[in-house]
Amino acid sequence: MVEIFQILLSESFWAASLRIATPLIFGVLGALICEKSGVLNLGIEGIFVAGAMSGWMAVWLGAGLWGGVLVAALAGGFFGLIHAILTVPLGLSQHVSGLGVTLFATSVSYFSYRTALPNVSSPPRIEPFRPLEIPILSDLPFIGAVLSQQTALTWLALFMVGLVWYVMNRTGLGVAIKAVGDNPNSVDAQGLSVYGLRIGAIVAGSALMALGGAFLTMSAFDAFFFGMVNGRGWICIALVIFASWKPGKALLGALLFGAFDALQVRMQTEVGAKVPSQVFLAAPYILSILALVIAARRAEYPRALLTPWFKGQR
Amino acid sequence: MTSSPVLTLNGLSKTFGSIQAADAINLELFRGEVLALLGENGAGKTTLMNMLFGHYMPDDGTIDIIDDSGHTEPLQLGNPQASIAAGIGMVHQHFTLAENLDALDNIMLGSEKFLNIRRNKPQAVQKVQKIMNDSGLVAPMDVAVGKLTVGERQRVEILKALYQDVKILVLDEPTAVLTPQEADKLFENITAMTRNGLSVIFISHKLREVLAFSNRIAVLRHGEKVGEISSKEADERKIARLMVGEDTKISSRKKIKVGAPVLELDNLTISGSSKRESISNINLSVNKHEILGIAGISGNGQTVLANAISGLVKPSSGKIKIDGKTITSNDPSSIIQAGVGRIPEDRHKDGIVGQMSVAENMIIEDLNSGKIQSRGLLNREAIMQHCSDLSSKYDVRGPGPNASARLLSGGNIQKLILARVFEASPKLILANQPTRGLDLGAAADVANRLLEARQRGSGVVLISEDLDEILSLSDRIMVIYDGNLRMAETHNRESLGLMMAGEIA
Repeated sequence: MVEIFQILLSESFWAASLRIATPLIFGVLGALICEKSGVLNLGIEGIFVAGAMSGWMAVWLGAGLWGGVLVAALAGGFFGLIHAILTVPLGLSQHVSGLGVTLFATSVSYFSYRTALPNVSSPPRIEPFRPLEIPILSDLPFIGAVLSQQTALTWLALFMVGLVWYVMNRTGLGVAIKAVGDNPNSVDAQGLSVYGLRIGAIVAGSALMALGGAFLTMSAFDAFFFGMVNGRGWICIALVIFASWKPGKALLGALLFGAFDALQVRMQTEVGAKVPSQVFLAAPYILSILALVIAARRAEYPRALLTPWFKGQR
Repeated sequence: MTSSPVLTLNGLSKTFGSIQAADAINLELFRGEVLALLGENGAGKTTLMNMLFGHYMPDDGTIDIIDDSGHTEPLQLGNPQASIAAGIGMVHQHFTLAENLDALDNIMLGSEKFLNIRRNKPQAVQKVQKIMNDSGLVAPMDVAVGKLTVGERQRVEILKALYQDVKILVLDEPTAVLTPQEADKLFENITAMTRNGLSVIFISHKLREVLAFSNRIAVLRHGEKVGEISSKEADERKIARLMVGEDTKISSRKKIKVGAPVLELDNLTISGSSKRESISNINLSVNKHEILGIAGISGNGQTVLANAISGLVKPSSGKIKIDGKTITSNDPSSIIQAGVGRIPEDRHKDGIVGQMSVAENMIIEDLNSGKIQSRGLLNREAIMQHCSDLSSKYDVRGPGPNASARLLSGGNIQKLILARVFEASPKLILANQPTRGLDLGAAADVANRLLEARQRGSGVVLISEDLDEILSLSDRIMVIYDGNLRMAETHNRESLGLMMAGEIA
């Protein structure tokens, strides 16, 4: 028990939690925007891979770090657009299309990586984002040490939480997205485009998801590996329900998962001799499922989620 | 009326597949008038209005808007935004409200720039308040629409249309979900608004309110305009003849001596998960040769009451007796065996199996009869014969006995169900909203069949929201409100309406 308290009180634990949470924050926010408009985006796992690969590749080919972030967002938006066209005007199954996009985006990313680098054994490295010292914040006791270890992408993720909250709750656009996810006819009857809103939401959400992938190769690590996304996208799909589609709770859920994960790594080194390491590896997922079971009972799904809408069929 | 037109529809046509939904329809609307659009289901009323509002692109024809100074401007077709900009507001037949948003957000939806950093809510509230004062339509603005009553939602729908500064308001069956009192109030408000220059087109099935509240009536049949009369010169018979093309008559209810009870409910209570799904201490009896009408606004426990009698839900306490025998197992098929014929509320969902053929749906409740099967194998020829016999006897029209039942129109699905129910000569008929959404001809057919069954000796439970139907068919009338059932002593619209609203017990 003493060890847990020591871990919980260490700066490095909280810094790691926030770092692990960052890609999840991007992913949950992206999934939240898609689902608020009424479309489930299971392409998220593949879009993470595409973001991770394309962002890294752009930098490796000579672009700046922010150029890489932009390329990742565009790649995410592109795969989001495929999902949007299949599910919105064509009204295909959102599950099937989403899984298809995940397979497609993952394969295309691996394929591009192999084509560009046919003969490397160890992945080439780039110069990743550096931790950002923020003048006053970094001087605070404890918190300062936690925050000064974070890179610009983590700050961007935190900023996005606020931005998404503001757009969803304080602008006409947010009202329209929530309306189209509840009853598309309400939007249609006011002369707005159901297709436009949904496609826009999916593309924007997918671009955000891709930033989660980009964080992995451009901030958390400095290279691209096969299998590095490792189910983070799926975790985001679960976290959205945990967050009941609210940006603030999405941040909380991502941090909670990040903390579980940071804790299990440290517990492994503390008591790894007595307990098999697989137990620790599984712990964050098991705890997420438990959290979900509790939270999902009260979850209020967007009413039109998964339901396609067709113009002229009233 | 001396005022000038504000809107002309010129030769509007629209086909869906092989169906001519609108055929060169011309229509004029004058400033400050209330025009009622009448017609059977599928006559083209909603199609016409959807073309006006831009939801549908007409195949042919034009629409002109005439502004205050008499200037005529053609309307851009197939574009709801253009219609809104031209001052046309539409209140749809089914609510077009986002239930997760409050009324104000629903009203402001689409009328503001998306990316304005700050939304001007106070100004919107002020405008809505002014509209509420002018129109008399009041609804809470800061509550999620999902929590409002249907009456309030209907008012939010209309406020939403008025917020867009409409000059022409289209209402598609605005009173379908309202009590008679709420409906009358709504029309008083609408009449008041026309004095300020608003022009109104409304679609309705209810001849009474059309006669009471419109200035002019246009009648559509099979996609064509078949008549236009001033409401002063019209009466129910005249309009009905225009709508159907012939006289429809509901046979009068002959006096007949009632027999022994076929259905008795004794202190029946069901505690459902919500109020809508609960009923408490229901006592009633229905005799042979008798129609018991149960009036009420939907959502007051009718569905669960009907489900209990059909054996679909288990009562929490109390007894159900059919033909003197207490029903112990709540198993729908044994209840059908006991002699109950059911006409379910949602005929598409609970009345037929849409993917199965018309012939299969005809026999679905009678699979064990020796007529259609032997030793567990269906006799296909007999089934086809049975289907064609019943189809001609009950006038079921459609693409044939082998076609999927879901391809039938609503009226023909109901006839299919009637054929199945009446052929089994049931002791008790449970008819839940049997004419909802049916046109006059089909509704009259249902009414006549129910009277015929009463004559033959069946007991009938008629659950309906339509007071005219309840009043014309029932021997006795009870009113259900909030899960409680009360006998109505006086049979007139006013007192029944008040009971339905829960205002007198």
